[in-house]
Amino acid sequence: MRRSAVTGVGVVAPGGATRDAFWENITAGRTATRKITFFDPEGFRSQIAAECDFDPVAAGLTEHDRRRMDRYIQFAAASAIEAIEDSGLQLEELDADRSQSGVQLQAVDRDRMAVTLGSAVGGTMALEDGYVAVSNRGKDWLVNPEYSPPFLYNGLVPSSLASEVSLMFGAHGPSVVISTGCTSGIDAIGYGHQLIQDGEADVVISGAAESGISPISMACFDPIKATSRRNDDPEHASRPFDRDRDGFVMGEGGAVLILEEMESAKDRGAHIYCEVAGFASRGNAYHMTGLRPDALEMSEAILDAMRQGDINPEDVDYINAHGSGTKQNDRHETGAYKNTLGEHAYKVPISSIKSMVGHSLGGIGAIEMAACALAIENGVVPPTANYENPDSDCDLDYTPITARRKQIQCALSTASGFGGFQSAMIFAVPPELKEVSA
Amino acid sequence: MTTSLPDPQRRSVITGIGAVAPNGIGTDAFWKATKAGKSGIGRIQRFDPSIYDTQLAGEVDGFSAGDYIDKRLMVQTDHWTHMALAGAQMALDDAKFDPEEHDDYSMSVITASSSGGNEFGQNEIQNLWGKGPVFVGAYQSIAWFYAATTGQISIKHQMKGPCGVVVAEGAGGLESLQHARRSIRRGVETVVGGGFEAPIGPYAITCQQGTGLMSTASSPEDAYRPFDAKANGHVPGEGGAILLVESLQQAEERGADQIYGEIAGYGATNDAYHWGKPAPDGVQLARAIRLAIDDAGVKPEGIDVIFADAAGTPEADAIEAKAIKHGLGHHATEIPVTAPKSMIGRLYAGGAPLDVAAALLAMRDGAIPPTVNLDKPAEGCDLNFVTGKAKEGKLGTALVVARGYGGFNAALVLRREV
Repeated sequence: MRRSAVTGVGVVAPGGATRDAFWENITAGRTATRKITFFDPEGFRSQIAAECDFDPVAAGLTEHDRRRMDRYIQFAAASAIEAIEDSGLQLEELDADRSQSGVQLQAVDRDRMAVTLGSAVGGTMALEDGYVAVSNRGKDWLVNPEYSPPFLYNGLVPSSLASEVSLMFGAHGPSVVISTGCTSGIDAIGYGHQLIQDGEADVVISGAAESGISPISMACFDPIKATSRRNDDPEHASRPFDRDRDGFVMGEGGAVLILEEMESAKDRGAHIYCEVAGFASRGNAYHMTGLRPDALEMSEAILDAMRQGDINPEDVDYINAHGSGTKQNDRHETGAYKNTLGEHAYKVPISSIKSMVGHSLGGIGAIEMAACALAIENGVVPPTANYENPDSDCDLDYTPITARRKQIQCALSTASGFGGFQSAMIFAVPPELKEVSA
Repeated sequence: MTTSLPDPQRRSVITGIGAVAPNGIGTDAFWKATKAGKSGIGRIQRFDPSIYDTQLAGEVDGFSAGDYIDKRLMVQTDHWTHMALAGAQMALDDAKFDPEEHDDYSMSVITASSSGGNEFGQNEIQNLWGKGPVFVGAYQSIAWFYAATTGQISIKHQMKGPCGVVVAEGAGGLESLQHARRSIRRGVETVVGGGFEAPIGPYAITCQQGTGLMSTASSPEDAYRPFDAKANGHVPGEGGAILLVESLQQAEERGADQIYGEIAGYGATNDAYHWGKPAPDGVQLARAIRLAIDDAGVKPEGIDVIFADAAGTPEADAIEAKAIKHGLGHHATEIPVTAPKSMIGRLYAGGAPLDVAAALLAMRDGAIPPTVNLDKPAEGCDLNFVTGKAKEGKLGTALVVARGYGGFNAALVLRREV
């Protein structure tokens, strides 16, 4: 069976536009949620978000990239640059001089390099800007194409996310965007993992990105009361598992992981963070936004992921929860952990980094898998910020406020999304690479 | 379903087809029109297109969502999802497959979309900017996004297996079927696959117009002429197809009425050449074709018909002809090639699933539907095109080619005998 090693990590998140800054922020328990600055949120129910202070040029993008790529694509591109660099993969063509000089460079076969990226709402930022321009600020139904900004079609089709990243790295393998709402991030990495398992690719640039802090995306969630109304206290608004939680706080950002076929990663002496030990997803077939109280479908996904990796409940050292901070989600997820891990559910540290970086819809799943890889790497459980008041429905160990040192060899992450999708992914240290502890 | 580890021995077959196309609603109507070379392209009726460069489209006339779904669901979803729900019902009926008789977790929904719930989205952005945030409706969050169709089909038919939504512009429809195949290898028994698109609204047309890839001709015959010397761009179309994919084992065990064919091979590549233009050398498209036939274990001479992507611009048509020749070698110019898209326009995520439907039906009936508006092949497009009327003959294997803006290439091999 072909396996997938994680050999590179790149992150653009609120509070820190690099992998290291992201990790430092979330382990310090710092929240990046604030009053929206991208537009005037007056008149909206929820007026807060976790925004990225992101400079595309500093992240390695050209001026033309910046003009052409919608913001979420910029996040993915910047994350991919950082992840590829981190992986140490040699992407330059072998040139004759160097190979003659005896230096061994193993160039990647670009034909075997795939791109699988997730996003829930795609180019809505570019689409909305474009719409305002062509519709005379929402007055005209028969919009006037004369006022179209350039690259508008790239906003209409979220496939631009994958094609831009394929182009950036000359990746000629399969290229696809996975858009399963808020499970997109995990699902996109799972998709890449399956391409490696099935032999369709050897290296996958895999992850997700989202930039949904725009009027239309914020307005989507207002009428269904999914987002927090704690507008007077943005820093403490995202309160997963806390009794006083009142909805999620919108976020933005992205993360890319480099997946490589395990044996080739070992052969080239790559640094291996962990492997994808299991990935599964289920639909609740219940409601586009509602969750069944029994959490059976998420439980099925978790159990399937565990079976793939031959993981027992007590093997799970850390759970990175979806923990969106809505009443129903946090209850539902707590139930799923009890269903699947039994007594161990009460012992394993759980946390939701959405308390700090918000909920970037399709992007967050990849950011959370990056957090899992870094948690395994550094032996640290990031905390749930703002967790102050226990809720009787949520009675597990949510790692309140402060990070904890802990050796982590196996981390589980879960996600729920509109459409009823439930996904689970397990990252683990490959058994053959485990250090024998004294 | 106990495990999700892949078993390459588990084969995927198609047992049901649900087509909603500009030249016919329902698989029989679509196939009858397609075989007869009947076009469904005309002047846009959905709104007054006078101010747009492209005023023609393949619209699905006479589609009534109420025939397939209840009113409550209708108001929560876009026209795109309406058509897909209808397609899913037709495919299930065609296969005589009753989801209630199957384990919920054994059934998945994996659809392709390229632009989501356009019309619904435009309405709500207009409400937001024209009136204010409180005028945005509660269903915007579940109707506009690309996962709406998969989610609604999953809920309607109680399908709880691993669900998916793939986006690769015009290549996405084939990717959805390959992902169905990957899922069946992992223990899923049934997948509702395929894709739909509804890109005919004022704003969606405006977005497409910017690519410069659409025809501005005023009569349907002059507009979308793939591979013809007078090719001048494409016409957009709406609709798509749902294909019911089952494990061969389940299809045989339940005694499925028909097995249209097997998803025998697949290849996907990306040009990684330019953000909006295909690579002139066609090397990656040719590679996708070779990957697909190698995966299927067939030689070029084993391919009986090719359903071409048929972009309809002189550059892209020439690239495809070149890639077919590179991918299939000296035998390529003997294989019949057709592009029934010429009758309905380019349907983005919905296009390739309709080509797959047509290819399966062509194999069933031994009849290759013609390409319309192809009077004189353009220079370099020296393939064995089927024009005029349907070409009869025994067909065992079909190759379907699809591309998407952004350098996406995909090829799928279908085999009649399983």
